[in-house]
Amino acid sequence: MSSNLNINVKHVTRIEGHGNIAVNATNGKIEKIEWQVPEAPRFFEAMVRGLSYEDIQTVVSRICGICSITHSLAATKAVEKALGLEVSEQSDTIRILMHYSEQLQSHILHIGYLAVPDFFGATSVVPLVPVATDAVKTIIKIHRTANEWSDLIAGRTTHPVTIVPGGFTKIATEKQFRELQGRLKNTLKDLAAVADVVLSVAEKIPDFTRDTEYVSLKQNTPPTYTFYHGGITSTDDTSTIVPIDNWQSVVNEYMTAQSTAKWAKWHRDSYAVGALARFNNNYELLTDSAKGVAKKFSLEKGCCNPYMNTIAQLVECVHVVDTSIEMIDELLSKGLKQEKVTSKPKAGKAAGCVEAPRGILFHEYEFDAAGKCVGADMCIPTNQNHANIQKDFEKLVPEIIDEGEDNVRQKLEMLVRAYDPCISCSTHMLNVQFVR
Amino acid sequence: MSKPRVAIFDFACCEGCQLQIVDLEEELLDLVGAVDVVEWREAISDQSREYDIAIIEGSITRPEDEKRVEIIRSRAKILIALGACATIGGVNKLKNNFELDEVKKYVYGKDATMAHLDTAMTKAVNEVVEVDYMIHGCPIDRKEFTYIIRCLLMGKKPEIPEWPVCVECKARGNPCLWEYGQVCLGPIIRAGCGARCPSSGFRCFGCRGYIDDPNVNAAKDVIEKFGLSVEELKEKMILFGTGYKPTDE
Repeated sequence: MSSNLNINVKHVTRIEGHGNIAVNATNGKIEKIEWQVPEAPRFFEAMVRGLSYEDIQTVVSRICGICSITHSLAATKAVEKALGLEVSEQSDTIRILMHYSEQLQSHILHIGYLAVPDFFGATSVVPLVPVATDAVKTIIKIHRTANEWSDLIAGRTTHPVTIVPGGFTKIATEKQFRELQGRLKNTLKDLAAVADVVLSVAEKIPDFTRDTEYVSLKQNTPPTYTFYHGGITSTDDTSTIVPIDNWQSVVNEYMTAQSTAKWAKWHRDSYAVGALARFNNNYELLTDSAKGVAKKFSLEKGCCNPYMNTIAQLVECVHVVDTSIEMIDELLSKGLKQEKVTSKPKAGKAAGCVEAPRGILFHEYEFDAAGKCVGADMCIPTNQNHANIQKDFEKLVPEIIDEGEDNVRQKLEMLVRAYDPCISCSTHMLNVQFVR
Repeated sequence: MSKPRVAIFDFACCEGCQLQIVDLEEELLDLVGAVDVVEWREAISDQSREYDIAIIEGSITRPEDEKRVEIIRSRAKILIALGACATIGGVNKLKNNFELDEVKKYVYGKDATMAHLDTAMTKAVNEVVEVDYMIHGCPIDRKEFTYIIRCLLMGKKPEIPEWPVCVECKARGNPCLWEYGQVCLGPIIRAGCGARCPSSGFRCFGCRGYIDDPNVNAAKDVIEKFGLSVEELKEKMILFGTGYKPTDE
């Protein structure tokens, strides 16, 4: 073998946040393969100390612009548990509807604007406008629907302002929920059209497999393809569900000999979170039409091709829209009530967990008797994926080393994008060695 | 006339303001047609060293980022600060309320001394280089963004509101949140958001920054009327207003 590679991608494009790829090989011998994260650390855990429990979600939603609702919900769940606040069934349902709007928004953004341009050999969605006009318009339409759905329930598209500890400041009207439901029914048709377009270029999805542990939420009562309730499970131990308060025993942040990076591991050296993890743990609970999309792409439970995460997101788009249409019926059949929410400070400590679009997310807070935050810890999905991205790189590069530098670079960038990393979220930085 | 070349850069932030630009959807395609987007890492793969308008999102938190922003300034004819992190430092400035070493140690423990984890006091962009225009908010308001860009393309000076959120809140017919026991910053914060948060029943927490001459004494009268302390008001003011004069008064 005589392959030489010298790949140094500084700041991979079309991902959220900053990540670098460094690969060196001489005469087929690999000298270095590294996935690096140079994002400016922001120290959220330290910054929230001293704030009132009422202000926590306002600040921590700013961890991420794409999954701000997710961060708000994880934080609010933790605050409510720490303070012993009950949330009504109605508020719980509306929060899940809010959460689904963000899953659709984030997934369709990733699929349409960030990942799929690679399948067309384009540098962004913009050059696709003249060549795939209808497809781009459909993606824009779905994205707008998702945003207006968030707007309606969260008060804003990004950084919600209706969530407070204990419930909501304001909820949408019955008429608004019905209108939303009508739009969601149309969205199902639009998603089917997008699925067909992606299917037409699906041969561009690299064929790569690495046996992987997948970690996600799991909810048995009632059995649900969950993004919001339940405990933590793994494909390596499907019978165990770990309670959320024990999340530290799952993420096990550790240092490696190979680099100084802080990674996460549970049963193995790394694990993956995200749409494919949820799919692999909860496939049976998808709606029939969501399963239908998976079948079109031959995506099956147990899939260990990380590039298929983008397809699992497409499956989840259909699932959350399907489910939301039903949930709105249920919600309205019980009659919407204006609930008055009150809360009082109390000392306590608790963790909150939800599935971000890109994987399981943990927040934990401690409050003193005056309701002031005295301690915080968060573990975001992208950090749980970094080690797994590195392990994928290490298996992938030797397999494709003879394809030439451009192809190797392209496939590595596509792999990073497939994980839909959200590096701004990285409240903890990875410790990596930099190649300048 | 050739189209103005626009480049978008991000520093320490959540990238939610860039997302608002993406969320312009079809309107973005029109806008992209009127300019030449030469660099935008989050959305496109192209990169450039030449541009007329530089849009900067995020706060400046490291010495190397100060240098990067200075280079961008030297290349750009017009420099725009995009969103609260860039215009006023945003929530990132909460960090400045603590000792930096302590902050690092709290988050990273024994790894806190590693070189790449180094952090400096958070700065808004105009604390490092001259800023020509500010697009306020966390996140920015999409309509205001297109308005300001449109003005610049036509060579006009955009009008940024110099009155408080209360004006827009009253115009929307909202009941005052102070009457409901909320410590709302509407009286001292710059309007232009359409009072979105109070309209959703949530107190204004000041993401657009203070108006140029906030009536701090009137705000004090309001808190007195509702039986609250200055401390309670300050506690809300630091969320987005750490390190600003009215917060300290």
